[in-house]
Amino acid sequence: MSEISEKSHAEIDESITLHREMTGFQAAIRTQPFWVFLAILAIGVIMSFVSEPFLTDRNMFNITRNFAFFGIMALGMSAVICTAGIDLSVGSLMGLTGIVAGLVMQAGYGIVWGFLACMGTAAIVGIINGVLIAYLRMAPFVVTLGMLAMARSIAMVVSNNKMIYEFGPDQELFEWLGGESVFGIPNPVWVLIILTAVFWWVWRYSVWGRWVIAIGGNAQAAKLSGIPVERITVSVYVISALCAGLAAFLMVGWFGSVTNALGLTYELNVIAASVIGGANLMGGVVYAVGAPIGAGLMELIRNSLLLAGIDALWQQFFVGLFLILAVLLEQIRNRGRR
Amino acid sequence: MSLLELKAISKNFGAIQALQGVDLEVDIGEAVGLMGDNGAGKSTLMKIVAGNYPPTSGEIRIEGRQVEFAQPIDARENGIEIVYQDLALCDNLTAAANVFLGRELKKSLGPFRWLDHRAMFERSGQIFGELKSETRPRDVVRQMSGGQRQAVAIARTRLSEPKLVLMDEPTAAISVRQVAEVLALIRRLKEAGHAVILVSHRMPDVFAVCDRVVVLRRGRKVADKAIAATSPEEVTGLITGAIEHA
Ligand SMILES: Nc1ncnc2c1ncn2[C@@H]1O[C@H](COP(=O)(O)OP(=O)(O)O)[C@@H](O)[C@H]1O
Ligand SMILES: [Mg+2]
Repeated sequence: MSEISEKSHAEIDESITLHREMTGFQAAIRTQPFWVFLAILAIGVIMSFVSEPFLTDRNMFNITRNFAFFGIMALGMSAVICTAGIDLSVGSLMGLTGIVAGLVMQAGYGIVWGFLACMGTAAIVGIINGVLIAYLRMAPFVVTLGMLAMARSIAMVVSNNKMIYEFGPDQELFEWLGGESVFGIPNPVWVLIILTAVFWWVWRYSVWGRWVIAIGGNAQAAKLSGIPVERITVSVYVISALCAGLAAFLMVGWFGSVTNALGLTYELNVIAASVIGGANLMGGVVYAVGAPIGAGLMELIRNSLLLAGIDALWQQFFVGLFLILAVLLEQIRNRGRR
Repeated sequence: MSLLELKAISKNFGAIQALQGVDLEVDIGEAVGLMGDNGAGKSTLMKIVAGNYPPTSGEIRIEGRQVEFAQPIDARENGIEIVYQDLALCDNLTAAANVFLGRELKKSLGPFRWLDHRAMFERSGQIFGELKSETRPRDVVRQMSGGQRQAVAIARTRLSEPKLVLMDEPTAAISVRQVAEVLALIRRLKEAGHAVILVSHRMPDVFAVCDRVVVLRRGRKVADKAIAATSPEEVTGLITGAIEHA
């Protein structure tokens, strides 16, 4: 090696090491959730000027409650996406777990049994997804796409294609949980707030969270470091399924009824919310606040279009558009980094 | 009794015979250079010792005890640390997170346990200091130079007091200045009584720090000599096959 190239090597090392340490704020403004949050504020400000009904309590209540369900599921989806996986089965799983919860309570069992049945069903589906993906090394896309079809089908079979609207002895409590509010904030939003805080802690301070992020960064290296990659991968799909089950439980309480069509096509919105919130489909990146922020932006846009008098049929168009834009943005930023 | 003793190690990958009947002994405080052309089987041998996969046949003994490693942690628990050729780092994590990957430091209060970031930053900063590397614990690995990544991979081996450190091509991707640092580190490991196996293509590195050189050619051991009893020319001949055996 010549002396010149040796020197420049050393200089490059220096210049890299001399980078100033970033403060917390400087680090935050480099993240996607921060910019999406600014976008939410901007849209909010504009809407409050152009639309009378936008800032009304009624509308705010609707917006926040609607996005809570997607936010809750996006928290779980973000964990899956962080491992470079995907969970397409969450929408169907809502249908299945919602029906199971409904059937159990309709049969006269209390809300605790309904909840346990709901979450138990979710856990089983999550374990099946996870084991097929982690141990049999099948592609997450294929496994969860298959589960999307199977879970919906089972929901149809066990519900006998009928609507359930009687929820046994705890009907009132059940409907209160999903549909009412405490201190003016809808209950599902409380659940989202608490779960976001829990996930924030998990991603920052728990060993499990650290390992999930490591697996997304380099599964091979994680394995060589002694991390039980397979077990952690299964747990991630279980978490995603449990989030879907929880969202279903709250949503059925809100609707006061459930059919096997509950959650149909929601997987798209949940994935879009996660990705808009900064989850990178290549894995290794996750933000707890990204889930509610991503879901919030989508709901805000949906609501704005509605108030602007644009046909509701356009809604999914914009969900898809924003999903594609978010991924495009991510790629442009990655290119800039290299 | 040797620290590490390999007896008739063979490894097949399907039809490929990567190793055939390799014997090797390493003593406490000894540095052994493992040389050979690309594909000679050096990395395969290191990965067997590190517990990545079992040999197809043959025996591994640590301090006279026969061992079988089902996974890398088993080897680690027997005092063996490895720096992989491809470094095996998570680009998306900080230097400190990589150093402690799989053995994170935790704080606890009652049933709660959480990552002790500060302790991990401090300890890895200390280790980087010992390695005379400017790598900073809080930097994300993705933005690092080859030398800094190397320092992170090597720092991983410093968390415990390993008996044997395996280094697979630790100087392949780094600048001359950093090579000197890695070699100095190997000397320090030796002085502290650790044994080292250094896989390298670079003749000067091996002759600078090793006590013995072992040459593999197409999966067979063709030489095992004290450094003092051989020369770079002879070793080159053994690697290429110009000299059959020594
Ligand atoms: N996991 C594997 N699967 C199949 N073949 C392998 C594998 N690892 C190594 N080999 C083969 O074994 C031989 C030795 O490889 P390796 O130990 O990496 O050589 P070296 O490190 O000396 O360059 C090569 O022919 C290589 O292609
Ligand atoms: Mg190699």
